[in-house]
Amino acid sequence: MSAAWQRDGYEAVIGLEIHVQLDTASKMFCGCPNRYGDEPNTNVCMVCLAHPGAMPVANAEAVRQSTRVGLALGCRIPESSEFSRKQYFYPDSPKAYQISQYDQPMCGEGSFRVPGEGGFEIRITRAHLEEDAAKMIHAGGDAGRISGSAGSVVDFNRVGTPLLEIVTEPDIRSPEQARRFLTLLRATVIAIGASECDMEKGSLRADANVSIRPIGADEYGTKTELKNMNSFRFLERGIEAELERQLAIVAAGDRVQQETLHFDPATGTLSPLRSKEEAHDYRYFPEPDLLPVTQDAAQLQTVAAALPELPVARFERLVAAGLPEATALLLATEPELARYYDDLAERTGDAKIAANWVMGELQAHLKDRGIEADASPVTPERLAGLIALVVDGTINQTAAKEVFAALVEDDAITAQAVVEERDLAQVGGADALGEIVDAILAAHPDEVEAFRGGREQVIGFLVGQCMKQSGGRADAKALQALLRERLAG
Amino acid sequence: MQLTPDEVRHVAALARLGLDDAEVDRLGRELTGILGHVATISALPIADVPPTKHARDTTDALRVDETRPCATREDALRNAPDPAPDGFRVPPIGA
Amino acid sequence: MDVLGLTAERAMGMLRARECSAEELAQAYLDRIAAHDGEIHAYLHVDPERTLAAARAQDASGADGLSGVPIAYKDLLSTKDVPTTAGSRILDGFVPIEDADVVARGNAAGLVSLGKTNLDEFAMGSSTEHSAYGVTRNPWDRTRVPGGSSGGSAAVVAGGLAPWALGTDTGGSIRQPAAFCGLVGLMPTYGTVPRFGVIAFACSLEQVGPMALTVRDAALLQQVIAGRSPRDATSVDLREPIALPEAGRLDGLRLGVPRAELESGVDAGVLARFEESLAIARGLGAETVDVELPHARHGLAAYYVIAPAEASANLSRFDGVRYGLRVDAPDVRAMYEATRDAGFGPEVKRRIMIGTYALSAGYHDAYYVQAQRVRTLIRRDFDAAFAGVDAIVLPTAPTPAFEIGARLDDPLSMYANDIFTLPVNLAGIPALSIPNGLVDGLPSGLQVIGPAFAENLLLRIGAAVEAELGFDPVPPGLRGGA
Ligand SMILES: [Mg+2]
Ligand SMILES: [Zn+2]
Repeated sequence: MSAAWQRDGYEAVIGLEIHVQLDTASKMFCGCPNRYGDEPNTNVCMVCLAHPGAMPVANAEAVRQSTRVGLALGCRIPESSEFSRKQYFYPDSPKAYQISQYDQPMCGEGSFRVPGEGGFEIRITRAHLEEDAAKMIHAGGDAGRISGSAGSVVDFNRVGTPLLEIVTEPDIRSPEQARRFLTLLRATVIAIGASECDMEKGSLRADANVSIRPIGADEYGTKTELKNMNSFRFLERGIEAELERQLAIVAAGDRVQQETLHFDPATGTLSPLRSKEEAHDYRYFPEPDLLPVTQDAAQLQTVAAALPELPVARFERLVAAGLPEATALLLATEPELARYYDDLAERTGDAKIAANWVMGELQAHLKDRGIEADASPVTPERLAGLIALVVDGTINQTAAKEVFAALVEDDAITAQAVVEERDLAQVGGADALGEIVDAILAAHPDEVEAFRGGREQVIGFLVGQCMKQSGGRADAKALQALLRERLAG
Repeated sequence: MQLTPDEVRHVAALARLGLDDAEVDRLGRELTGILGHVATISALPIADVPPTKHARDTTDALRVDETRPCATREDALRNAPDPAPDGFRVPPIGA
Repeated sequence: MDVLGLTAERAMGMLRARECSAEELAQAYLDRIAAHDGEIHAYLHVDPERTLAAARAQDASGADGLSGVPIAYKDLLSTKDVPTTAGSRILDGFVPIEDADVVARGNAAGLVSLGKTNLDEFAMGSSTEHSAYGVTRNPWDRTRVPGGSSGGSAAVVAGGLAPWALGTDTGGSIRQPAAFCGLVGLMPTYGTVPRFGVIAFACSLEQVGPMALTVRDAALLQQVIAGRSPRDATSVDLREPIALPEAGRLDGLRLGVPRAELESGVDAGVLARFEESLAIARGLGAETVDVELPHARHGLAAYYVIAPAEASANLSRFDGVRYGLRVDAPDVRAMYEATRDAGFGPEVKRRIMIGTYALSAGYHDAYYVQAQRVRTLIRRDFDAAFAGVDAIVLPTAPTPAFEIGARLDDPLSMYANDIFTLPVNLAGIPALSIPNGLVDGLPSGLQVIGPAFAENLLLRIGAAVEAELGFDPVPPGLRGGA
């Protein structure tokens, strides 16, 4: 499934740097609302604008959420972590330093397993807490000025949004692995409730460090950094494109240059970004305005105990329950659907049947309506009612589909009521079927001859005729049996 | 240890201080003198002494995750050297 | 009404006894400011209408306590709707949108602001000569500096232009100007006074503190500003409330004297006054014993790495984007460099350069981390000393006020004036400076240093010695309305 990327004797070496905006009520270091999409420069204060004398105070919930994510990634959580100043001048950085973490991050080394066929394990280097930068609205958004020197306007609403930066070891070996890893990571963070991880809104952002090396080599090749891959597809395509580019360079006998590249989804091409001068000398030092954050074993246990079931665990539970991996993976990575499934499985007491309905009729209906499972008029309770009628033989598959459609249309009615209203109960009684069978056999003497003459397949035709006669309500099995009995006789 | 003009210019560039040659020259001399004095501690054999990172040994002064009223946009833009209707104008990032 | 030499405590008494109104009191100071601040140049911003309105509001409020007592604020403290410059061109015209916590506490106590006082640019200096808005003169001798960086606050109190004032102390910036101007100055235990709204120079070293005519006034003002704030994560509550000290005996107290520190570079007159104060303390029943601070002599070097390192980052926000000066240029980087070149004075550039260098790749460990190690050693020195003594005494500064211009071209000699004060900031402990008599007609200071949270002990010692010395804080030249 997700084989390593290997071409012409070279293999891919990929590491990810993932920024997750934590879903807190207030910002990382001040009380301004942490909210996307408001009017520019309305969620700002002295701290956001780095007015002289402003001081940061760290948000306890951001600390808690990053600890939860760290634990989910199997990270070691140090007893004490500390904030540092990362210095660089840029209009999106009001203090000209970002409060981040340097040698004592919230979360230390960890490891995250992507299960299933072609599964793999990615080591986590660290996850540290920091603040997001402001938004630059480049010229064009530059309203109210006639003379057109193409500058920018800075909106400080986003500045100070809590960010958890998750850094992986270069353990990823293909663009597809990168996508699978990020998909499961995203599902995990969402399950924890730490972030909505919406790549369009930028609450999940991934940069990739990409290099190639001769297959089996120990040391790494020169890496490039890919930015702005704001969807899973772009991430995969961007890395793919960069691997091909590097391969071409090496094939031509040249050397890959270390640089930062910007992926343009429109053209699928990569263009070099202007690198910030002296970006290599951030002059980190401990943030004197903030105190170290400490968490002892007892506190960590409390946090760990409060974690919900995580996608990896859910995947394994569902596979153990006999679901196909593809189904288990989908349910593991889609919390809404999974919650629906768990509810339905419990009500029906049959994992497989519940899965078949969720993956079949329900998903089709959700796609068709463009809604999440929890918004469907067909609640697990109503669907369980329908499934019960199938299981006890009251209706057959054909009727069941009709009943499901009825449940979608009318959210008041029950499956039982639909069956009665439309008289969809199967016809299974020997005498009721007998009449139909006798009538059909009488109406088709030639086919009866042919069957008795050894043309077994004619039975299919006769079954079809009977089913038609019954208005689709006949119990298919019982019908078969009765026909054979009569034809034999 | 004498700071060269290039070293001075490099540090000034990091600090975004546009210095003219006279300032580069003067600061070169002054910094050499000051750093010369500061260097008296560089030699001390104290690698085993833990650095003091914070003035007090307290920890965990965290804030409850609650929102507080923000500044009005008017107040936010009040001191802006080049205000736009809804933000802070800056020159092009440039080449 | 003559307010020259009027203490805040006495002013409060007059107000509560209805001997005068807050408005009359404020007007009396505004009149003196109008008459004398021309030569002293201690105020950067005075708004008589605003001051009188505030005073009238206090008169109308019928509030008790300090309500209506005037005060002056160092222009490093943010004051809502009132220009705040930090003594720098780069903040020319800047108007804060919120009050500093200490200013808010002053307002809550009913204090009436007379204005904002001059300082060395961003509090970087020991003479107030590094202000972008002109030098402040010492009311005791106008050819001399008032000390710094809180020189403006010292000069307004010594000059009778305010009963008391708030200053800030990063390496001696309250205590040294207090000593140079014959005042009491308290550098509080690190964290006991919130720094929110205090324009940052070196966050891990600085505190706001009172500058006053008497030890009791200093205590009174400390009561107003001390205590934890939710807006300053490094702030803490006092272990015990600040008490108003009474003059009394010092029986049973052990005062440590770091003899080795006094061996060189200390003015003979300053030394003589210091020894006299030790004798006074002994006369009051205290015992004086020698103590060692083996690493104190490295304090200057450590300080001039740590403070500039923090400053270099703290001052990076002055980039011409959101407030303050902007020098237009075709692109952002050129705008930054032109703005910061034009906006910062020579001493600030010097410190930004030192700090940036000390944090830059290749030098970070040799300079910054090494300085933090020395800081640890200095803290340990004090801990060890306080195991044997209740407090440590030193001259506040090795010399009296020096002449304007004398040290301007010699940064190191300027820095050296703080050798007795800055180890205290490195240790984060409290120290009180009280007048220690005159040297050739100029004030000198006695510094009493204590362990963390020992403010009440320091104030008690200060009040006792103060009473014995009977120092008159009014410069002779000012008597008779001069
Ligand atoms: Mg980051
Ligand atoms: Zn804010």
